[in-house]
Amino acid sequence: MNLALRDIRYHRGRFILTAIGLGLLIGVVISMGGIYRGLFADALAVFDSTKADIWVVQQETNGPFAENSRIPEDIKYRIQAVPGVAEASPLSFQTIQIERLGKPFRFFLIGYDPNGFGGPPEIIAGRNIRQKHYEMVVAEAMGKELGEKIHLGLNDYTVVGITGKVVSSGGDPAAYVSLADAQEIQFKKDNNAIRNDRERIAANLAGLQTLSPTQSKFLQQNITGITESTHTVNTIVARLAPGADLREVQERISRWNHFRPISAEEQTRILTKGMIEKARMQLGLFRLILLVISAVIISLIIYTSTIDKIKVIATLKLIGAQNRVIIGMILQQSLLMGVIAYAIGYVLILLTYEKFPRRIVLEAFDLQALFVIVIAICTISSFVGIRKALKVEPAEALGG
Amino acid sequence: MYAVEVERLTKIYGKGETTVTAIADATLRVKPGELVAILGPSGSGKTTLLTSIGLINEPTHGRVIIDDTTVADEGWLPGLDLKRIRREKLGFIFQAHNLIPFLTAQENVMVALEINNLTRNNAKVRATELLNSLNLGHRLGSYPSVLSGGEAQRVAIARALANRPKVILADEPTAALDTENGKNVMNLLKKLAVENRSAILVVTHDHRMVEGFDRIFHVSDGRITNEKQRVEAGGTHGLG
Ligand SMILES: Nc1ncnc2c1ncn2[C@@H]1O[C@H](COP(=O)(O)OP(=O)(O)O)[C@@H](O)[C@H]1O
Ligand SMILES: [Mg+2]
Repeated sequence: MNLALRDIRYHRGRFILTAIGLGLLIGVVISMGGIYRGLFADALAVFDSTKADIWVVQQETNGPFAENSRIPEDIKYRIQAVPGVAEASPLSFQTIQIERLGKPFRFFLIGYDPNGFGGPPEIIAGRNIRQKHYEMVVAEAMGKELGEKIHLGLNDYTVVGITGKVVSSGGDPAAYVSLADAQEIQFKKDNNAIRNDRERIAANLAGLQTLSPTQSKFLQQNITGITESTHTVNTIVARLAPGADLREVQERISRWNHFRPISAEEQTRILTKGMIEKARMQLGLFRLILLVISAVIISLIIYTSTIDKIKVIATLKLIGAQNRVIIGMILQQSLLMGVIAYAIGYVLILLTYEKFPRRIVLEAFDLQALFVIVIAICTISSFVGIRKALKVEPAEALGG
Repeated sequence: MYAVEVERLTKIYGKGETTVTAIADATLRVKPGELVAILGPSGSGKTTLLTSIGLINEPTHGRVIIDDTTVADEGWLPGLDLKRIRREKLGFIFQAHNLIPFLTAQENVMVALEINNLTRNNAKVRATELLNSLNLGHRLGSYPSVLSGGEAQRVAIARALANRPKVILADEPTAALDTENGKNVMNLLKKLAVENRSAILVVTHDHRMVEGFDRIFHVSDGRITNEKQRVEAGGTHGLG
């Protein structure tokens, strides 16, 4: 006869409530782990979907995610010409905030060259961008339908495709437009500012007495070009040809001034170590604290349930029950509590994790490790109860 | 020859200055099938005597022999599996029934059998038989909390009988019952002593409950002061 199960059957209300409470706690621990993993996945989402070997950014920056980086778009031709580079493509990034249902809504706009790479990693509905202008592919999380129009800058952009879970490192959903459109949204939306710039520079030039009228006119024309130049991007990504040596290619690019070639490995480090380090530590610590709390609660539950059973344990000893009967009763109950609470927590998160505002990534390893930890906590906690139980004297069964 | 032999048993609680001699120099012998009472006022040492015989309380001095096995001689004999002797040879009945609250009547009896290595099915059969014979056939699936005091005590008796013990030790088994139920329990014990050939030692402070017992040991201040052979057996049905 299994005494642990009989006791649970008799006190099922209490047991179920306790298991649910513990299950919620374990659910929070699981979701913490998932958020922790999600943080990585989010931080690396654009990086991963680009599948570039080298990220060429402005010198002395950790761009384009951690720091602002600006480089001319036409550098891509020079990079493409570097031996060992198979292809190079420009990318631009900007965070855009729009008004949606009366609330601010932020998303991450990626401009890419439809003839290059770095575009949507997959199309789960609709199609990819085909025209040079006014088409858009959005991440699922944008909550947009195919055919919907979004007004950005001076124009309307039509959603032609939906992609998966691409987000900025801050967790904002991503949208893709052609590079030309992205530049237009970024630079042309403020015509007044450009006009002001142009006038300010022209006025300065006009004040320079040393210039001849011809020189002055020539400069003015060029300044218009400079201030209106929208051919700036945040990074140029490159893929290596098979067998090419990463170091060599990096060195070649480094030799030109003004550009820094960041390898995929370095970029991963910048994204995961630098950018989310604090959040990561915070979550890790939080998770640890929750585990300690769970351990304390489980110990308390088992200890009190043992105290409740002192008389039962004394009676069992008196009628000659072996220690294993008593240890088994406490240990099995504790383990059962752990397993059921874990199952409740797991199912809870499984049913809800997609509804969390930030990405939750449930990794089999994390789940298994937590299960092992929960079982270990239950086993260790039950030692407290078992120790108490083994000290109970059969004589305690006597008397009122 | 004897189911229980106690020779010059002394039990001293505590150490140093604050010792209590709960039982001093007690000697008694009980044969199989004999029903004896240990009668005395509260605090006189009855429970101590019973638990010393029951291998729960280590005697300070003297000898205890259960079913021809010496279990104590100036303290426990080394190397004994006390629990095993308890579950194989002894049955206990208490003042409060001490049933396990989360087990049904049937399971409470079964647990005593299963810890003594009976298979589940055999335990079930035997428990059912026992409870039927104690008129509890309709209470097999009931939890102790819904049993009446008399019913609960009969389940406890069934549990004590489960392993056909040589010795049954009952500590104030009627104290929590009304007179009628108390008499019924005592009559049941009388019947069992005869039928099962068990030695039954019943502790009580209520002299009205001991009629029909084979012998009565009076205890006061830790000493057996008087041993009475059966004088009257006022019938098996309680004559008040
Ligand atoms: N565990 C114990 N420690 C110390 N003294 C005890 C203990 N148990 C009983 N006593 C003392 O021993 C004496 C006899 O007690 P007990 O055997 O319980 O008597 P009875 O069962 O006749 O009421 C009492 O004075 C009691 O206070
Ligand atoms: Mg007593």
